[in-house]
Amino acid sequence: MVSTDYFIKRTVMAVATFYVVVSLSFALIRLMPGGPMDYIRAQHEGAGQDPTAAARQVERYAAINPQEPLWQQYLTYVTNVFQGNLGDSTWYHDPVAQILGNAMPWTIFVSIISMILIYLIGISLGAFMAYVEGTRFDVSWSGASILLTSVPFYVVAVVLLGFLGHNHGLFPTGGHYGSGVEEGFNLEFIWSVIHHGALPIISLVVAGFGVVALQMRGNAIQILGEDYLRVARLRALSQRRIAIRYVARNAILPMYTAMMISIGTLFGSSIILEQIFQYPGVGYFMFRGISARDYPLMMGTFLFITAGVIIGVYIADLTYGYVDPRAESDDSEAF
Amino acid sequence: MKRSDTDIQTDGGGVSSDQVQSPFETVADVEVSRSERYRALFDEYVAAPTKILINDWRAITGFLITIGFVFVGTIGVWAIDRPYSGDADFLIPPFQSMAHPLGTDGQGQDILAQLVHATPAMLEMMAAGAIFSTVMAVFWGVFSGYKGGSVDQFMMAVADVLMTIPGLPLVVVLAAILDPSSPWVIGIILVVNAWAGFARALRSEVLKLRHESYVEASRTIGISLPAIVTKDVLPNVMPLIVVNFVTTARNVIMASVGLYFLGLLPHTGFNWGVMMNTAYGQGGVYTASLYHWFYAPMVTIVVLSLGLLLLGQGLDRIFNPRIRARHLEQDSTDNADPETDEETDPNTRPGGL
Repeated sequence: MVSTDYFIKRTVMAVATFYVVVSLSFALIRLMPGGPMDYIRAQHEGAGQDPTAAARQVERYAAINPQEPLWQQYLTYVTNVFQGNLGDSTWYHDPVAQILGNAMPWTIFVSIISMILIYLIGISLGAFMAYVEGTRFDVSWSGASILLTSVPFYVVAVVLLGFLGHNHGLFPTGGHYGSGVEEGFNLEFIWSVIHHGALPIISLVVAGFGVVALQMRGNAIQILGEDYLRVARLRALSQRRIAIRYVARNAILPMYTAMMISIGTLFGSSIILEQIFQYPGVGYFMFRGISARDYPLMMGTFLFITAGVIIGVYIADLTYGYVDPRAESDDSEAF
Repeated sequence: MKRSDTDIQTDGGGVSSDQVQSPFETVADVEVSRSERYRALFDEYVAAPTKILINDWRAITGFLITIGFVFVGTIGVWAIDRPYSGDADFLIPPFQSMAHPLGTDGQGQDILAQLVHATPAMLEMMAAGAIFSTVMAVFWGVFSGYKGGSVDQFMMAVADVLMTIPGLPLVVVLAAILDPSSPWVIGIILVVNAWAGFARALRSEVLKLRHESYVEASRTIGISLPAIVTKDVLPNVMPLIVVNFVTTARNVIMASVGLYFLGLLPHTGFNWGVMMNTAYGQGGVYTASLYHWFYAPMVTIVVLSLGLLLLGQGLDRIFNPRIRARHLEQDSTDNADPETDEETDPNTRPGGL
């Protein structure tokens, strides 16, 4: 289904995107006057070290050696990043890659579960709203969906945290599992993880499913008016077959790409979410990096999140041909 | 769109052999006077939208809310004094006195006045973000879609790269390194790569348009590229652009308040997100006596965001050709019955926060 050309094009695109982002981050670190590089250097030279020793320290932290010529610094930096060396955190004194490697599974856990729930709830609700279009159920849920979509997820998050977390103590207000719970595959640990992840997931879902429901409702209503559906009914196909093969398939497919990209969005919004819930995922460390002026950690997280999103979009692009045969053909005749 | 009709008249007619006249002497069958053309434009861009707007509660609610915020940001700032620390007692609860209808915060500053004085910067930020992203997307999308060929491929490759970079982390990194303080700069940073997605959407619309007969006609007789783009192409994608403008403004406000709330943007002056941040820092989410301080800016944001969402949906319907056609029909037959339409295509582009 996926042609070799397309596959190559997409792969080149993904690598090129990452390469551009790495170059961008190099430029931000190295070329900004008064930027991260100057900051790290000032920290080390201030301690009375000689320039060479300071440069070695800077190299350790930023994965860039300021004494080399610029092109060589660039090459070293790019090579380092592609090898997974993102420098050391100036705050935690651990390699950035190691910090993020430990944090990543938690962010992925929250993002994936929220995305599944958002689309599950949104699609079923939207389909049902379309089916009973114009009834009180439809009108009230359409209204509710619009209202919920207007509420930023961080607002939902702080309200839930305040009421359920602080005031009623039903949910923990930080961490990914209870202290003293033994890590491993046991019931207590799994429960603790779910309990700690519940509020972040609920906030994303509450603020997110409305958009999907409205979109699904719109798509489904449009399809319910199509001629091929009348034909299907005239052919006396079963309700079930019409609902699943005709309506659902055609209504959901246009949302597939948005769905894959939304993983990226959720991954990116982890900065705000994880800070509110003190949930030590990737976003949490990015926030730490910024408040502590820990530039290597901050830039490392940026690269890390970007890589995650690029991979998500890459998978979406490659699989789209399988789920939707109506792939767009490019019209690129030049004028 | 009506434009196609008037533009075809300028192409000098066909040059088939049975025509006696030289193509240069051919004139349009119907002369359109300047005033008639202005009236048609007025009808298309002002009268028709207004009429549909009045019949659509969503559009009108959204419009009123948005206009309300603009008034608060202009006249309100002038009518209500700038709050200062120690202006009144600390933490006066809301709805107690006329002097401080929404109460005061932990430093005795009036909350309503703070909300009002934060509005201009918010509006500037929204305007900056929406204008920047619209201009970039229109230039990029229309040019690339119309030009085609390797230019198109290159421009779309750039757009794809930008689109894939996750917005929020990029914004946060840029904000941390650049340390911007002007609302205009912050507005632009917030949409630094968000325009790419819309550029792509515009391009696919333009791709459809470039094969329309009137565009091909204009091209064949050698009308210049800028003229074709502004006269044949842009009017057709204007609805998309207007709707996107509102959507972007909404995303900018949601993102900026979120980042201010967490203290990820450098704050100067009054700001809803900063108010929430200060209240939150003192325990605003779980201390009942602080609720009004924390929830007032939050409600403000939700209302503004809802207003912009409804306005976006309303505009989408106003420009929807099917609804417009119905409006024109009603006009010509003088059918006074304001039809309630069942178009259900809410503008639900997920984005921002």
